[in-house]
Formats: sequence, structure tokens, C-alpha cells
Amino acid sequence: MTHDHDHDHHHHDHDHDHGTVLSDVELRVRALESILVEKGYVDPAALDVLIETYETKVGPHNGAHVVAKAWSDPAYRDWLLKDATAAIESLGYIGRQGEHMVAVENTPTTHNMVVCTLCSCYPWPVLGLPPVWYKSAPYRSRAVMDPRGVLQDFGVTLPADKKIKVWDSTAEVRYLVLPERPKGTEGWSEEKLATLVTRDSMIGTGLARLPS
Amino acid sequence: MRSLADILPDLPCDETAAPVFRAPWEAQAFAMAVSLHQRGLFTWTEWAATLTAEIKAAQAAGDPDTGATYYHHWLRALERLAIEKGAATPAALQDKAAAWDRAARATPHGQPITL
Repeated sequence: MTHDHDHDHHHHDHDHDHGTVLSDVELRVRALESILVEKGYVDPAALDVLIETYETKVGPHNGAHVVAKAWSDPAYRDWLLKDATAAIESLGYIGRQGEHMVAVENTPTTHNMVVCTLCSCYPWPVLGLPPVWYKSAPYRSRAVMDPRGVLQDFGVTLPADKKIKVWDSTAEVRYLVLPERPKGTEGWSEEKLATLVTRDSMIGTGLARLPS
Repeated sequence: MRSLADILPDLPCDETAAPVFRAPWEAQAFAMAVSLHQRGLFTWTEWAATLTAEIKAAQAAGDPDTGATYYHHWLRALERLAIEKGAATPAALQDKAAAWDRAARATPHGQPITL
């Protein structure tokens, strides 16, 4: 659903009213980090920088595979748009909590962008790690109020008449943006196409790479 | 500085020798170890010895050793070194984990979880 509509919640093990249940290891990591930060042993900003340094090298291979297959195989594309959870699972990528995935397709007239992840809504099994800035509250509020401006900050300028839809993840629904297939890639294999799919293109803060 | 893969031959890496994380907490645990080392809390030799000991103990206890549990061992090694070096105590770690659990359960979806 877009941000200006009511949330349509599925009631599973957690939702708006009940908060989040973190796993044992997640609790231990947070506990250790809080203590180390309180005592001045680590700086949270330095941790973010370290993670950013490494995670940009880790491509979201799973999601790139999904997108490349949708670009190459119209039947798979239709399935992905109709039932993303099943279409993604068919490639062997299964969410941690059985979350529901929805794929939204970029077209010549519409660009999609996803916000959230202040909590645990980011589909990392598919997209890899979230970018550090994506977790910040200012990003979330600006993306909702001024998506065109946020995209410009990322170096993405869209035609003025292109509609931008902002999707706000819920506890159970995670989004995958299906970017537009770049021109000049006719006849490419899925493997080659996957190299053009960036993480940012799958959250809508970027476009797929152009063939070099 | 030598590459991480030289020091930690079992580190799960992709074809470009960059570490691969299966979940955000793994990246967080990874970054804490690198950061504490940079700060001088322990040497890489100490780190490697502690991690190896945790992995061997887990294997002896029946760990399948598929790589999927690597960061579980990593986290245990990190907790152990933090305690040995006086940066944390077992009681403080338990209390904090309980506090995070309460905070997460009490935080509505869409809000940042904070203590």
C-alpha cells in the first residue's frame, strides 16, 4: 500500500500493536553493542561506516537473480507481480519469518520507491543488507514528503511527468521494486542481466545500471 | 594490513573475498570485532585463537560446520573476549539483552526500537 492509505495488516505473530520479537542472537548483539558504546569502546557511527564499507561489496545476488529472471521470462514476471512470495521462493530464497513479499514494477510512467526499516521490515534475504542511511528517520520522512528530491540526492532525475509511488512496508509485507530493463540488453543471458541489478534499484532509490 | 581472509581463512566470502553476511546482526557482530581490534582491545592473534576455540568447541558439541553457524561462533568469541578484557560482564550482558527484549516487544511497528 502507498503511504497515504490505511495499512492493511495481516495478523501473524507480530503487528502494529504487539511490537517485535527479536531472536536470541539479535538480543545478544544489541546487548553487547550497547555496553561497548556506553563504555566508549565502540562508536556506533564507526560501526556503520565499517558495515557500509563491506556491504557495498556484497551484491544482493538473490534479488538480482529474481529481477533478471523477470526481465527474461514473461511468465515468471507475471507470476512475480501476482504472487512474489511464491515466485521468489521458487528460486530458493525464503524469508526468515515467512514474510509476504510484493513486487512493484517500474514502468515508463511510474517509478516505485520503498521506505521503512526503522524496525525489522527489510527483506534482507532477498536484497542483502540495507544501506545505513536507509534506517534513518529523516530518510523515511523525506522519502514520503519529497520523493523526487530524495531521488535527486541519489543522482536520479526522473521526467517531471513520471509518477512516483512510495511504498511503506508493514511488519508482514516487504516490497521488491522490479526496475525497468535497460535498453541495449536484448539477447542478454540472465547471468549477464543480473550484473546490472543493484540493491538501490530494487528499493527504488536508483535505476538498474546501463550496459557499458 | 593483511586482508581479513588471510587472517580468518574460514570467513564466509564471495568471489571477490568480501565478507558475506546472512543477516544484519552478523554484519553488526563483524563490525564490532573489527572496531575493537582497531581500538587495540585485542590482537588479531588473540581474536583468531578465541574464534578457533569457539568453533572447535561447537564442532565437538555436534555443530554441522556448514558455515551457516559461523557468526554464532563469532558472537560467542566476541562476548568471551569482551568479558576477558574487562569491557563487559556476563551479568551486564544478560541484563541488557533482557532490556532489549522488553523494548522490542513494547515498540509498535514502524518506530525505532530504543532502550
